[in-house]
Amino acid sequence: MTKPGTTVAAEYEESPKPWLSEPADPPVPAPRVPRRRGIELALLVVAVLLSVYGYCDVGLAKNGTVPPGAAGYGAGLGVLALLAHLAVRRRAPCADPLLLPIGVLLNGLGLVLIYRLDLETPGHRAAPAQLVWSTVGVALFIVVVVLLRDHRVLQRYAYVCVTAALVLLALPVFFPSVNGARIWIRIAGFSIQPGEFAKVLLAVFFAAYLAANRGALAYTGRQIWRFSRLQLPTGRVLGPIVAIWLLSVGVLVLERDLGTSLLFFGLFVVLLYVATGRTGWIAVGLLLAALGAFAVGTLEPHVHGRVEDWLHPFASIEAGQGPNQLSQSLFAFAAGGILGTGLGLGHSILIGFAAKSDFILATAGEELGLAGLSAIVILYALLVERGYRAGLSLRDPFGRLLAVGLASIIALQVFVIAGGVSGLIPLTGMAMPFLAQGGSSVVTNWIIVALLIRISDSARGRHKEDDDGQSTPRSGTARRGTARRGTA
Amino acid sequence: MTRCIEHAALFCALLLLALLVNITRVQVVQAQRYDDNPANRRQVIARYGQPRGAILVGDRPVTGSTDTGEQLRYERTYKNGPLYAPVTGFASQVYGTTFLEHAEDGILSGTDPFLSPFPLWNDVTRALNPGGKVVTTIDPAAQQAAYEGLGGRKGAVAAVEPSTGRILALVSAPSYDPAALSGNRRSVERSWRRLNGDPDKPMLNRAVRQTYPPGSTFKVVTAAAALDAGVVTDLDETTHSPDPYRLPGTSTALTNEGAGCADVSLREAFAWSCNTVFAKLGVDVGVADLAATADGFGFNDSGLRIPFSVARSTFDRHVDKAQLALSAIGQYNTRATPLQMAMVAAAVANGGQVPSPYLVERTTTASGTTVATSGVRSRLRAMYPSTAARMRELMRDVVERGTGTNAAIPGATVGGKTGTAQHGIGNAGTPYAWFVSWAQGERDVEPTVAVAVVVEDASADRTDISGGGTAAPIARAVMEAVLGG
Repeated sequence: MTKPGTTVAAEYEESPKPWLSEPADPPVPAPRVPRRRGIELALLVVAVLLSVYGYCDVGLAKNGTVPPGAAGYGAGLGVLALLAHLAVRRRAPCADPLLLPIGVLLNGLGLVLIYRLDLETPGHRAAPAQLVWSTVGVALFIVVVVLLRDHRVLQRYAYVCVTAALVLLALPVFFPSVNGARIWIRIAGFSIQPGEFAKVLLAVFFAAYLAANRGALAYTGRQIWRFSRLQLPTGRVLGPIVAIWLLSVGVLVLERDLGTSLLFFGLFVVLLYVATGRTGWIAVGLLLAALGAFAVGTLEPHVHGRVEDWLHPFASIEAGQGPNQLSQSLFAFAAGGILGTGLGLGHSILIGFAAKSDFILATAGEELGLAGLSAIVILYALLVERGYRAGLSLRDPFGRLLAVGLASIIALQVFVIAGGVSGLIPLTGMAMPFLAQGGSSVVTNWIIVALLIRISDSARGRHKEDDDGQSTPRSGTARRGTARRGTA
Repeated sequence: MTRCIEHAALFCALLLLALLVNITRVQVVQAQRYDDNPANRRQVIARYGQPRGAILVGDRPVTGSTDTGEQLRYERTYKNGPLYAPVTGFASQVYGTTFLEHAEDGILSGTDPFLSPFPLWNDVTRALNPGGKVVTTIDPAAQQAAYEGLGGRKGAVAAVEPSTGRILALVSAPSYDPAALSGNRRSVERSWRRLNGDPDKPMLNRAVRQTYPPGSTFKVVTAAAALDAGVVTDLDETTHSPDPYRLPGTSTALTNEGAGCADVSLREAFAWSCNTVFAKLGVDVGVADLAATADGFGFNDSGLRIPFSVARSTFDRHVDKAQLALSAIGQYNTRATPLQMAMVAAAVANGGQVPSPYLVERTTTASGTTVATSGVRSRLRAMYPSTAARMRELMRDVVERGTGTNAAIPGATVGGKTGTAQHGIGNAGTPYAWFVSWAQGERDVEPTVAVAVVVEDASADRTDISGGGTAAPIARAVMEAVLGG
């Protein structure tokens, strides 16, 4: 942290554009919480420039010229970033300055990778649609940041959320399956993956329910056996949430969306543990996970195949049937080595039809190498860490649980899909947050970032204990902020 | 709750750390294993991702590359494909590589570590060097003369420089265009099937991969063995050989094409190619000495590489006297590649020593820096220098007044030996016409070219098939091309 009293004033001096800063309340009486919007803007410029550089790099490597759309791409991404930044500046001025730039950089990088893969499949261009979806995502980001004044409002809509989540999860059952998974709905030429939206809604519900009932969950109920510290809460408290969780996981198993069901499972266990503070839940969670994995892995042929592929990635090669997707993915990672082949110079298109979606990380691994891939993983880690940090700085249990839930969603999703394509765990189809092709995924991730921005804004200074409008004195916020830092 | 959030954060950190460890495993520790997996197409793509280096004949490339814009991007092209096919071979995306394209693949495709100024750095970046060049020893004029001389008749020509072993011409006919096999289009598969099904075997490299009974041209070896062993000491002394000659231990009588071979001198017998004289001479020399001399010329060597491997020419040691008599006149199990017979002529021309033949003068990087020079490698001593001098005399006589007058070149010293090799069951097949020779230009201090020609044309009139009539003019054309250049 910088020294109080200097930073913000300096920032205001540095920013000659009055329309970018808050016009309302100069002169500032030395607020104690640095807002760091200038840093956010600088990081955004870096993120946009990096993405444009990557875009040009692809064109130079493939055709020897800067791609014709480079200026438009840069301008588009820049305008989106700027609009998002202005929304944050106006409505969440104390938000964590890292969240938005990381989102923009990952989204921009994803667009570059998809554009790069489009060059190999001239018939199927995915980058333009992805750009449209990214715009929608940023638009929704702005909507959430502008309209949602306080995250605690969401608590009231917990049951709306869970109903919507269940409906969304159940919808794809009525649509034909694609590539073995029944997770899409198609409306007017658009295909939407409702499971993506459901995960945010479910996180809101879990957070709200556990925040309301954590006392009952943690301190009541029977001890399972005498000397253990494990206590089962009463069925009345635990019942509904377990039912909802079972329902969602059950539907997903029915739809063969294993990645998302794994994600929900992990999210549920993490939130339950955080809410109740009982280590036993982790044991129970792991036990259930092991049982479930074993049962699904042996009984369900689709999953069984995935587990076999994971254990013996080269079995199909030895059988003379050529490499499967996973071995192609491993080949791609290996081809990248430490420094990568360079953007546009790899051959990850050999992976086949899912190269732009589930396997996008293999392209990153091949063309950016271990160095680039580590950078991407670290970006995700930062995003998660910032989410957790916001959760830690909050006081209200709902906000804390929501922040933890959203951050965990990102962490778990990155782990499940990246671990799958790199052979660490059995492969389950999922979208790499921001990077992978997929409209629902991009939109959802922007909403997640918007919620984290809102939460971090509250955590870092704008949290109003009493809902009495905007005019909370700055000094008051600052005092609370200091106090919080002192105790954290 | 704070502690639990910290635990959960730690858990997420561990998950992401596990990811980092795992991608390090895949990208660094196991990368080489994955890269080397034969199912991984990247090596193939990289290989064809850049133009293949050129094969040069007389400082001009006879190969090229064309950019197809496909996944396997560059395809091989050939200038004068059929003419140089026995030298270059083909470089096909489907069927692999042969001959120089195969033997020098590392240089041409850019994988050879010597192409890189910093091999270790290339190991790190795993970048491919641009394909290097292969400079051949082929004399384009000699190659052209040989190809035109054969004129599509089945046969082969090999020419070497006697003092060095540089291969000046390597022709096989009928030939084919290797460009037809370059890419991976449907037509390549069709060409492959057509060429393999062709009864004329156009893809067979007759100059180095096919052995023929050398017939009378082998008498050079027998005569050298007789002189070296001291069985004959005077070229003009009578050899005490009957005509016809009854093969020892059999009732089979060996005859000659012409008359007047009884008791002639070695000089006359060589000039008129008397079978009876050389069959008896072979028996007189004995299998051990004759085989030793044959080995000295390079027979029975299965390890010769120029740099692609050359078929083994054979002289059978496990023979009775009758078989030895036949072996001595280039029949029975005696077989030779045209290149081997060129080496025989070269040995005579080079004072009894024959250097290992080679086809690649040097290899260079794409920018022309020399990577390796072939140079003269091992030498075989085929005969004493004094024997070589007398053999030169004998071979000169063949051209001046014997069966090989068709090879004479005005102003040059030419030595040769004809051969008409019978083959097939009961010698029913059309005989192969052979001619081996060497030539020394007016201003040269030593012979500069040795040639072997074989023509196996089945359609020609049998009486016309003779070394002197069919093969000698081709040899002359090749020698003239070399002397003139």
